Amino acid sequence: MPSVMLKKNAEGKLVFYVPKKDLEEVAESIEFDTPDKWGGEVLLSDGSKYYFDPVNAQPDFPVTLRAKRLDSGE
Amino acid sequence: MAALTKEETEALIQEVLEVYPEQARKDRAKHLAVNDQSLEKSNKCITSNRKSQPGVMTIRGCAYAGSKGVVWGPIKDMIHISHGPVGCGQYSRAGRRNYYVGTTGVNTFGTMNFTSDFQEKDIVFGGDKKLAKIMHEIEELFPLNKGISIQSECPIGLIGDDIEAVAKKANKEINKPVVPVRCEGFRGVSQSLGHHIANDAIRDWVLENRDGDDTFPTTPYDVAVIGDYNIGGDAWASRTLLEEMGLRVVAQWSGDGTIAEMEKTPKVKLNLIHCYRSMNYIARHMEEKYKIPWIEYNFFGPTKIAESLRKIAALFDETIQAGAEKVIAKYQAEYDAVIAKYKPRLQGKRVMLYVGGLRPRHVIGAYEDLGMEVVGTGYEFGHNDDYDRTIKEMGNATLIYDDVTGYEFEEFVKKVQPDLIGSGIKEKYIFQKMGIPFRQMHSWDYSGPYHGYDGFAIFARDMDMTLNNPCWKQVKVPWKTDGSSKVAVAASA
Ligand code: SF4
Repeated sequence: MPSVMLKKNAEGKLVFYVPKKDLEEVAESIEFDTPDKWGGEVLLSDGSKYYFDPVNAQPDFPVTLRAKRLDSGE
Repeated sequence: MAALTKEETEALIQEVLEVYPEQARKDRAKHLAVNDQSLEKSNKCITSNRKSQPGVMTIRGCAYAGSKGVVWGPIKDMIHISHGPVGCGQYSRAGRRNYYVGTTGVNTFGTMNFTSDFQEKDIVFGGDKKLAKIMHEIEELFPLNKGISIQSECPIGLIGDDIEAVAKKANKEINKPVVPVRCEGFRGVSQSLGHHIANDAIRDWVLENRDGDDTFPTTPYDVAVIGDYNIGGDAWASRTLLEEMGLRVVAQWSGDGTIAEMEKTPKVKLNLIHCYRSMNYIARHMEEKYKIPWIEYNFFGPTKIAESLRKIAALFDETIQAGAEKVIAKYQAEYDAVIAKYKPRLQGKRVMLYVGGLRPRHVIGAYEDLGMEVVGTGYEFGHNDDYDRTIKEMGNATLIYDDVTGYEFEEFVKKVQPDLIGSGIKEKYIFQKMGIPFRQMHSWDYSGPYHGYDGFAIFARDMDMTLNNPCWKQVKVPWKTDGSSKVAVAASA
């Protein structure tokens, strides 16, 4: 369960940062990304997948959340 | 000598790796790479921030060096106690040349060494009592100090002293910030973790001090300069440019910085990060907690300076944007003259770099402004994200080396035959004795500043002075001065 810091970049895309791994990636897709539901599976541009427990509102970015790693993506 | 092709560079790496025993070879192979600009991510080609191999000569420092030497040390109005035996602090005292304004020993303490000077009995019975006593001694002898930080050396973690408790108690008694930093040297693989630990200590013990206090008058143009250690006056040369374009620099972290500036940083509108490696952590924290955006910038060489000034200005209104253009125009005649003077003398010269965590990529632009080419670069303690940022800056098929060993660096240099090497004091004399011009790129070889337009003029002069120094002609023995000499040197490796 790594802690992931999430923020929006200038283009409005979600940027993923995992401090422990110095991993900085842009999210390609998010399973739920509407004003009243956010979370689920997130696919990063390097192919790895993470999972966030869905919440009922958009988080207030930037924010640190816990994520589950779904596959190694290597 | 012509540039190496991708295959040649790969062959060179293989050749250099040959001498290692199998295990070491496998490990070191991961840290050496041929640059490929088409890659988006460095982890496909290079591994970094790993433990150095036992038995090789590494140039790295320890976590204490990262915290005391880099992040905390330059905060001039605090007293930083090197907590533990005397050596760690004394042998690194005042070595980093972070300039500051003030009267040393009265209201500033940058070049002094404060230590708890551990003896056997402190190891056996613990040093907390001694530490508490030191706080009061400091208050008595140096009443104008604005706070104290406790920089742990190795033994503190080993004997399990509770420096946090001592700090809390002292904080109440002397009524100034007292910051315990758990930066024992054995933590992590290099000084890099020390930077991180120091950032975390700032986060936990300093940044919140003025939360809820709005007495500090702010402006829409407040910024903080983060990760500029004012080596040879770098931060000053940077600060003038920012101020000239209309911004107000509220804080300098940490070169010529004060604890009050740090405490006020959460009030700024934008954090400007120069050394990403050592201070991105705190910038990210402030972004999350105080919603302060941050950007990286680069003040080495006119091309990168103009790029950075415009990038910074784009985040403000038209006055600042116009200010940025004005600054660039104002200095144009000056830096054009520098280029006109030195470029003909330096054109086409090839440089190899090996520095800490930022400069291996940040100074490339400054060399290119002078018509020079960086053909190899590497970090002592860079991480993946540093190499990500390096790939695009370096030419294709150039060498990239992480935590390079003394042996590898020498062999690379013998084969690549650069015209100039930029690295640290530990490398300097080896390469000078090999007859290769050398500049220290940590301490600017006791020169500087190199940041900003003013710094660029000094940078260009220094590179010329070193490279075109007539002494290099005297270093080579007469029978090796013809064209075959390079081959002969290489073969004797
Ligand atoms: S590794 Fe430990 S003993 Fe050595 S300088 Fe660093 S803190 Fe001091």
